[in-house]
Amino acid sequence: MRIDLIAENADLFVTGISMTLKLTVMSLAIGMAIALPVAVLRGMRLPVVDKVLRGYIFAFRGTPMLVQTYLIYYGLAQFEFVRDSVFWAVLKSPFNCALIAFSLNTAAYTAEILRGALEATPKGEIEAAEAIGLSPLQVLRRITIPGAFRRALPQYGNEVILMLHGSTVASVITIQDILGAGRTLNGKYYLAYEGLVTAALLYLALTFLIAAAFGLGGRKWLAHLRPAATR
Amino acid sequence: MTSMEPIVDLRLSVRDLHKKFGSVEVLRGVSIEARQGDVISLIGASGSGKSTFLRCINQLESSDAGEISVAGEHLDLVMRRGRRVARDARQLRRIRAKLGFVFQSFNLWSHMTVLENLIEGPVQVRGLRRDEAVALAQRLLDRVGLKGRESSYPGHLSGGQQQRVAIARTLAMEPEVMLFDEPTSALDPELVAEVLAVIRDLATEGRTMLLVTHEMAFARDVSTEVVFLHKGLVEERGAPAQIFSAPQSERLKQFLTHVRLGQ
Repeated sequence: MRIDLIAENADLFVTGISMTLKLTVMSLAIGMAIALPVAVLRGMRLPVVDKVLRGYIFAFRGTPMLVQTYLIYYGLAQFEFVRDSVFWAVLKSPFNCALIAFSLNTAAYTAEILRGALEATPKGEIEAAEAIGLSPLQVLRRITIPGAFRRALPQYGNEVILMLHGSTVASVITIQDILGAGRTLNGKYYLAYEGLVTAALLYLALTFLIAAAFGLGGRKWLAHLRPAATR
Repeated sequence: MTSMEPIVDLRLSVRDLHKKFGSVEVLRGVSIEARQGDVISLIGASGSGKSTFLRCINQLESSDAGEISVAGEHLDLVMRRGRRVARDARQLRRIRAKLGFVFQSFNLWSHMTVLENLIEGPVQVRGLRRDEAVALAQRLLDRVGLKGRESSYPGHLSGGQQQRVAIARTLAMEPEVMLFDEPTSALDPELVAEVLAVIRDLATEGRTMLLVTHEMAFARDVSTEVVFLHKGLVEERGAPAQIFSAPQSERLKQFLTHVRLGQ
């Protein structure tokens, strides 16, 4: 184990960590911004819209994120009209392609998590909100969504960790994330595993931090579901 | 006598309400009028339509026919996609805010503390400032005997405590009329009294209330009028003394015998 080489190239991993975090956090943020309206719309069961959304969720949960990333990065670039369009400015960058694929992928999973949590809202809580004169939008904003977010928290914590791990897909389209940094190190010195072990340990550490953060969040946001300390 | 009075004097007027669930007629023309301070108890066997009647008044259920007015304001209902709904959603919300509804299963918002449950309506619907709403909530909590439980979550309270919070939540809207839908039916027997005490207190201070209940002794005590529903129709109505001591209809006599045997 050439720890000296790992230490010498620490900056490689620092850049890698910041790239992984940037991709993961941005994908999760964009994914959530897509997932919430998708989940709410699916709850309304609008005839045509529902079919379209179900198709989207089916497609993105039914195929590997690696394939989705390839299709967006290599696939779209095959078409001349794509290369000629205004979107090319966005799509020619591997980072943007990874971000689009990851966001759409995590949005599909998150939408299903949120839809389940929204549907689990006790009917009586909604009736009570209607009965005091809240508007449908207020009921959604004040009662249904805050309750659903709390119920979804443990499952969403898993999704965040899976997204962190899934972000390694970025390294196959030339992005220098944590895994990319490990592979670069290996390649540079013809090492067998030093780069990969370092990458694995870094992912482990980040996963631990995420799990701890969700644990703390759960204590705060799910206090109402814990057995009472005092009566 | 009643029909001579202008309708504006009535806090609540429901005329000839009809409701079907599929082919089952649950309500076949039920009317009720409540003046300020009236406490009207609805009694009857399960399936007689009492709860449905109450839920139709504030449109938690849609009705098929009949007129509803709250504090002189007539609720404008129209047919849309086979359901009779409020023409104007804003009017419905305004009327709902005047009708306090207390549910059998409390229906507190589980992710909010007791205080948050109480200030939600005043802040979001009545437009009170937060500090005003908090002061109001604290007065009401004191009133229902739950001072100091502001930061508890509903799931951490007993059923009786939850129902008292739910009553306080309704009071925080300062409603014209309060509708109670079997408020003690989901409670353990030893918790019933604490909730009935709060409701009795409200009756005494002259609130206008409609109460669906199986607590006959309580209905007899607090009501100004008792209405006996049978299969979606008013079978008999009158002062509590008359209903409980001198029932006229065979069905009411039978019902009261069953209820007394049950107790």
